[in-house]
Amino acid sequence: MNAYNFAYLDEQTKRMIRRAILKGLAIPGYQVPFASREMPMPYGWGTGGVQVSAAVLTPQDTLKVIDQGADDTTNAVSIRTFFERTAGVETTTQTKSATVIQTRHRIPEDPLTEGQILVYQVPIPEPLRFLEPRESETRKMHSLEEYGLMHVKLYEDISRHGHIATSYAYPVKVEGRYVMDPSPIPKFDNPKLGDMAAIQLFGAGREQRIYALPPYTQVISLDFEDHPFEASKADHPCGLCGAKDSYLDEVIIDDAGGRMFVCSDTNYCTARQAAGHKGKDAA
Amino acid sequence: MQAETLSGGFATPAVEAARAFRSVMEAMARPGTIHDIRGAEPPAPLSPAAGAVLLTLCDAETPIYLAGAADCDAVRSWLAFHTGAPAAGPSHCMFAVGSWDALSPLSDYPVGTSEYPDRSATLVVECPGLASSGAALKGPGIKESAFLSLPEVQAFRKNRALFPLGVDFIFTNSSRVAALPRSTEVS
Ligand SMILES: [Zn+2]
Repeated sequence: MNAYNFAYLDEQTKRMIRRAILKGLAIPGYQVPFASREMPMPYGWGTGGVQVSAAVLTPQDTLKVIDQGADDTTNAVSIRTFFERTAGVETTTQTKSATVIQTRHRIPEDPLTEGQILVYQVPIPEPLRFLEPRESETRKMHSLEEYGLMHVKLYEDISRHGHIATSYAYPVKVEGRYVMDPSPIPKFDNPKLGDMAAIQLFGAGREQRIYALPPYTQVISLDFEDHPFEASKADHPCGLCGAKDSYLDEVIIDDAGGRMFVCSDTNYCTARQAAGHKGKDAA
Repeated sequence: MQAETLSGGFATPAVEAARAFRSVMEAMARPGTIHDIRGAEPPAPLSPAAGAVLLTLCDAETPIYLAGAADCDAVRSWLAFHTGAPAAGPSHCMFAVGSWDALSPLSDYPVGTSEYPDRSATLVVECPGLASSGAALKGPGIKESAFLSLPEVQAFRKNRALFPLGVDFIFTNSSRVAALPRSTEVS
């Protein structure tokens, strides 16, 4: 391992990313532009998250990588292998023993602690993008706190569906100032964003943005008095571990189209099964 | 060129910069906490902590303002050799380093723009000591309350009033570092 290429990125790039992270922490929820680098993986594979992880990792870290809650997808395995090789870090699938967790589309079920850093892979960092395609205009809207259109869009959901249909990438307001896209996590995870003990960092590679939530930051999901925010999930216990408090994926289990609901957080589920918890579909 | 110009950098730059950054990041993310930061031996009057902060964050893209006693040949040469950062006055710097008195007043530094509040200076304030006592801190990164030995209160309150604009502070003493982002309410 060449010390000068620790964690793949050159030192100048890491300094630039580190400066962006510090400004992101100082202005919670604000998107800091950075000059994203080509990474040896396609954009859809979380190059923004990978660059942020590369800038924060030290050789003493233990890294966990999850993709929609799972440690064993191709994406998660290849990012984990990438950092084992380029940074020489230990890796783990256990949420509790990780110091840095890179994630795509989930927050782990186990509460995170003060020694931990959660790095999100973000595809579209701008929560106002679908309302306004021009970056110059969304910048202006953030600077003037012009978030009325966002509320209108959510309210259209209510008039069309009777409730807010947005179930992923549900927008939040940070410390009463910036509206932020929490990345495509299910809205079930939104309440974990606020007052979290860990540091949360968000990296968007293609869109070249970094943003951050310091620990114990106030994060409120946008809602209305007559339609308060609800962190919904499938109304079932996990078929394998019986958990009633975890976010579930519906999976097809046989050729006859049989289905069951299982924890999306595989580490949470296997730890519960190992501790003797059993769901109705467990073998 | 003086021997001290060439020495005192990180022995293993990538790894020591990574460790130093984590200390600075933890400090900025959790105002009031104090962290060890090591690996740099800059010439006087810079502290090892300030040296490590500058080696970790500065390069040819970051103009530095050296305030007061920090603006000496030894420090200028050392920073030029190890970081390549150009010198600048307070109104055009991205980083500034010096004692609180030398860095004051804060009105001279870039505070960012309403569309790019990140384009603001970071002040590395060399302190006679650092302690988790003194001014009370509230805001992001702080569970209930925290305390930090700040050189004064009023200047930080004025800076907080500019949010989301404002400058950010890194406090250094010996081999220790603390920080205060613009988001912190100080009383
Ligand atoms: Zn389960």
